[in-house]
Amino acid sequence: MKKDRIFWGTVAPLAALVSSLFLVSAILILRGANPITIFQVMISYGFEPRNLVSELNQTVSYYLAGVAAAIGFKMLLFNIGIDGQYRMGAFFGAVVGAAVSLPPVLHVLLIVITAMLAGGLWAAIAGYLKVRRGVSEVISNIMLNFIAAAIIAFLLGEDLLGILPEGSQNVQTRPIPLSGQMPTFKLFDGEIYSFIFVAIFVGIAYWIMLNKTVFGFNLRATGLSFRAARSSGVNAPGMIFITTVLSGAIAGLVGLGTLLSDTHSYSMAFPSGFAFTGLSLALLGRNHPVGIFFAAFLWSFLERAAPVLEYEGVPPEIVIVMQGTIVLSIVVAYEVVARINLRQQQRAVGKANVELVKESK
Amino acid sequence: MATDTKKEVKAPSKVKSLFKSPARITLMIAGLFFILALVESLTGATDISSPGTSGATLRFAIPLLMAGLGGLWAERAGVINIGLEGMMIVGTWTAAWFGYLHGPLMGFVAAAIFGLASGFFHAILTVKIGIDQAVSGLAINLIAAGGARYLSGVFFPPVGGDRTVSPPVDSFPTFTIPVIAPILEKIDSQNIFFISNLAGILHGLTKDVSLVTIALLLLVPLTSWILWRSKFGLRMRFSGENPMAAESLGINVYRIRYIAISVSGMLASLGGAYLALVASSVYREGQTAGRGFIGLATVIFGNWRPGGVFAGSILFGFTDALRVRQSESVMSLIMVAGIVALVLSIFYSINRRWKPGLISGSLALVAWWIHQRVDVIPQEFVTVFPNFATLIVLTFLAQRLTPPAMAGMPYRRGSE
Repeated sequence: MKKDRIFWGTVAPLAALVSSLFLVSAILILRGANPITIFQVMISYGFEPRNLVSELNQTVSYYLAGVAAAIGFKMLLFNIGIDGQYRMGAFFGAVVGAAVSLPPVLHVLLIVITAMLAGGLWAAIAGYLKVRRGVSEVISNIMLNFIAAAIIAFLLGEDLLGILPEGSQNVQTRPIPLSGQMPTFKLFDGEIYSFIFVAIFVGIAYWIMLNKTVFGFNLRATGLSFRAARSSGVNAPGMIFITTVLSGAIAGLVGLGTLLSDTHSYSMAFPSGFAFTGLSLALLGRNHPVGIFFAAFLWSFLERAAPVLEYEGVPPEIVIVMQGTIVLSIVVAYEVVARINLRQQQRAVGKANVELVKESK
Repeated sequence: MATDTKKEVKAPSKVKSLFKSPARITLMIAGLFFILALVESLTGATDISSPGTSGATLRFAIPLLMAGLGGLWAERAGVINIGLEGMMIVGTWTAAWFGYLHGPLMGFVAAAIFGLASGFFHAILTVKIGIDQAVSGLAINLIAAGGARYLSGVFFPPVGGDRTVSPPVDSFPTFTIPVIAPILEKIDSQNIFFISNLAGILHGLTKDVSLVTIALLLLVPLTSWILWRSKFGLRMRFSGENPMAAESLGINVYRIRYIAISVSGMLASLGGAYLALVASSVYREGQTAGRGFIGLATVIFGNWRPGGVFAGSILFGFTDALRVRQSESVMSLIMVAGIVALVLSIFYSINRRWKPGLISGSLALVAWWIHQRVDVIPQEFVTVFPNFATLIVLTFLAQRLTPPAMAGMPYRRGSE
């Protein structure tokens, strides 16, 4: 049984990857390009040591977004608010980090806690609406994403919390002093964020929390069946609320790698779109901490290697299409596999029943 | 969950009847305009009822309206369409490209066809295969955005190295309604209290109208008729409320959903086409700017009714128009909202409905406070007003909303 699950669990993502590769190949052939050369070029460029480092750095952000989404998924929550939560976390982390001066480690710790609090509190709005008002978290989070972006754009105004550095077009927050910065490590030719250790820690903590604690058990139980969990004494609505906040708190960490080790200030140049990326990665990695890592790396790899397509005469946005089709095919593959499994189980039960009837005769 | 039980218990008969009869609705709209005129003459902000604003409101509202109607069609049949944004992108791109090649009319036709196809795609994924409706919608958004950028790179002739903008498309002819428009213009310039304000608004709606605008506006009564008066509409609502029961009565829920979601895609795509061909004359990357999501918001705001969606998109289009034209006017709009809240609060208190009376009373206070303390509402907040308003409606009026019971729930034929 377990063997079966592992088999199907790996077959589905692979099938999805292969089918989307086929689709992209078809698009490339239509464009008049040779898919095999294109993929070769992408792979050789993407695995150059210098690019590998920046891919790993990007993986840190994506990984955290994926874990945030996975926590929600375990509760059947569709946390599409990761985008807003990450913005809130990174922005308030940057603001608080620039406003205080503390000894080195404490300073970083304060920024991290602030970011988690900001992300968690922002998610709490959606959690409250879900639990108390019955509002679908998908709708409320979409609205909250827009509102978060607007609040930050407003607060970044020059007379409020933003400054305009000389020779720059981008308004940004005041820079975080040295004591609040995280070091980078030399790897190959590049500098890798030390925040990667935080991401690894989050991954391990996620796994332990889910599989080894009572809280994690209650969480999974509520996700599997709200009513069953409730009747066995779990405070199911409370679990939904806490899970939402937890997911938001992790989402608050998404931008911190860049913030603490690279830019040291928040600006409008911080990327958006983490919500769907996180959800995709959680789906692709089946909510498993290791699976999400591979998915996150694949995503950053594709994005890093995309610009090289320009030289081959192919618009690099093909990569976005590829990501979209990977997600769709993986979800379809899981659905099909689940249906096959269900049918097998039904058949097995039917067979057992027939045998029972025979025996009783 | 909580909404279902409370919906049954509460039956606010008096308040409901206030909103029901057409004569009263007309009276209320007239009252609203009266307050508007009052505020305008008090503050001297003239842009709210200027013809330019009402014209712009209409132009901004139509794309939202189309996205909203698209969302309505899908959700009434029981499937949430988060891919509205992506389907709008499909519309902007195809309309601009085919419009550039074969003229604007063909642009619209192409947008309708490709929009229908994108809706059909969503239907296959959610109805036939049965994957999560939100995942499917979001993936469509991603693929449409990426696909449009890819295709721009492939097809558009580079304009100074910039491949994010399509070549310009011929614009649609517009016309001014004879006799009426000039008369309205004259009244508007007379500066009579109330009457001139009204004439100004109507003048903007009758001047330089595009036929497309009128055609698309007609989709509101058409949708309304289909939903409430036709056999198909009844079946559509049925499969949104209780697909199992519908199936047991011999209704082909899958087919109904296929049709409804395809139409949903077509409507959203037409909204995109309007953006590209009527509101401007090019495709530009990021042109939709989250309008699909605001369309989704108007569905909630309009309580899953065509008339409500229309009202919501006009309101959101209006704030959009004010933001672009004259952001100071937004302050007078807050005053209007404050006065409306005050009137409502008095009305509720007379009817001894204390809780809504208290809420609208405090809203009036908030509006007054903002007016006293803040000089100019920051642009950023005006932009997200639709999102904010929807969140407020969901928070405070969730029990009064009547969404289709099974919208967003997975449904497999023959299983519970």
